[in-house]
Amino acid sequence: MRDSAAAPVIAAQGLGLTFQTNDGPVHALRDVSLSIGKGEFVSFIGPSGCGKTTFLRVIADLEQPTAGQITVNGMSPAEARRARAYGYVFQAAGLYPWRTIEGNVRLPLEIMGYSRAEQTERAARVLELVDLAGFGRKFPWQLSGGMQQRASIARALAFDADILLMDEPFGALDEIVRDRLNEELLRLWHRTEKTIGFVTHSIPEAVYLSTRIVVMSPRPGRITDVIDSPLPRERPLDIRDTPEFIEVAHRVREGLRAGHEDD
Amino acid sequence: MTRSALPVLTVVTAILALWYAGTVQMNSAWVLDRAERAGAELSFTELVAETMTQARPTLPAPHQVVVELWETTVVEEFTGRRGWWNTGTLSNRSLIHHGWITLSATALGFAIGTTLGFLLAIGIVHNRAMDASVMPWAIASQTIPIIALAPMIIVVLNSVGITGLLPKAVIAAYLSFFPVVVGMVKGLRTPDAMQLDLMKTYNASSAETFWKLRLPSSMPYLFASMKIGIAAALVGTIVGELPVQQGGLGVRLLSGSYFGQTLQIWSALFAAAILAAALVGTVGAIERRTLRRMGMAR
Repeated sequence: MRDSAAAPVIAAQGLGLTFQTNDGPVHALRDVSLSIGKGEFVSFIGPSGCGKTTFLRVIADLEQPTAGQITVNGMSPAEARRARAYGYVFQAAGLYPWRTIEGNVRLPLEIMGYSRAEQTERAARVLELVDLAGFGRKFPWQLSGGMQQRASIARALAFDADILLMDEPFGALDEIVRDRLNEELLRLWHRTEKTIGFVTHSIPEAVYLSTRIVVMSPRPGRITDVIDSPLPRERPLDIRDTPEFIEVAHRVREGLRAGHEDD
Repeated sequence: MTRSALPVLTVVTAILALWYAGTVQMNSAWVLDRAERAGAELSFTELVAETMTQARPTLPAPHQVVVELWETTVVEEFTGRRGWWNTGTLSNRSLIHHGWITLSATALGFAIGTTLGFLLAIGIVHNRAMDASVMPWAIASQTIPIIALAPMIIVVLNSVGITGLLPKAVIAAYLSFFPVVVGMVKGLRTPDAMQLDLMKTYNASSAETFWKLRLPSSMPYLFASMKIGIAAALVGTIVGELPVQQGGLGVRLLSGSYFGQTLQIWSALFAAAILAAALVGTVGAIERRTLRRMGMAR
């Protein structure tokens, strides 16, 4: 677990979030406690309504918790957001159609006031990192869905936040593209040593990518199991055929099933 | 291009055929009446020919309108006593002179109206109080017939010493701000929750969100509204010219109807239509250019 206990990047304690709706309160999160250390790759998995996306959005200060405490880099999520502590990748690439790929990557840099020269330098570097060097002048519609999502990852990486929050970034892509992007994401994580929070509903994806897998279940949204992955950090795609991998996947599946039996 | 030319030509031919049929039908009564009083017998060919050569026909034939357009523009300016060729200034009997008066008021009114509509839309999108209060008034403003309102605007502005181009432009602006408000409010609200969340993760200010997200995504809406707005501005200007009586296509229309000069009415009508087409076409050309530069035209 390396130094996660020493200085957690994200620490949630008894976190709860209740939405008031016309049909009464909806408990999106209840009593969620979790600590994520620097350099960890943590996946959140569970059926829809289990609060995995809500939890990620609370970390990002896009939702306000109604109970409990959470700190991001030792600050409140709002302070962390203002300090630009994280990059967020949404399910859809959400590139601006009127900007080139490079222009899209520059967007956060422009807002954050980087100089023109530095924008160019950083955009080139992160596009290289996601294997899109040479596509900077293309417009989004000229790229495939997988390439667009890589560009959106580049955009989240451009301003060098330590934390990368990803909300089902590959959910809309076909399996072959998804496999390749998973491999690339692991390579990128090795190179950049970022802390990654990753929401998915694919068991193989969660097991393949993560150092830790958080299994969640709905009504109320809560954590039912936290699995430390015994897999090595170096992971070729065919690691998915090893007994260790299948063992972890099995435990995730059991955790998901257990969550459902409570209904 | 050739594929779209055929249907267009077919429709134009059909309209012309109907128009000529209408000309013969509507003008023949006068011709027959006159022939009867003279005691003359008319053959069908003579009748048809007579219906298309009247000085004040009930319905002028298309070619008469074209000839009138030609004579009150090029011929008047180059050979007329008061024409541009002889005096160096535009003749007050030419449609170029009157068209220019209408065009300048339209352009000024459109500029005022678009700016006003744009600012109101920004206010509506960013301010809850304006969101609740402005739109009902904007809609109410458009339910008042402009023909009733125009003379009052002219009189009120006159009484505070504003005359000339501006009162007409104000009426044009009154009509053209509305489509811009409606279109821009819609356009500035097109960014979805995810795109707004993305800006929030960058800790972007609402000014940055406006310039980098809301404004660019509203461009297609802006141009669509501006096309409607500029045509509305032309209508407003023509209506405004009626009480002002200081030249313009509206004045040509009105004086034509006072004196039963149907040819003058129809040629002014066509001049207005040509002007409107040119204005909408200009906005369209700017739209194509802008969207292509923004990579949004495929």
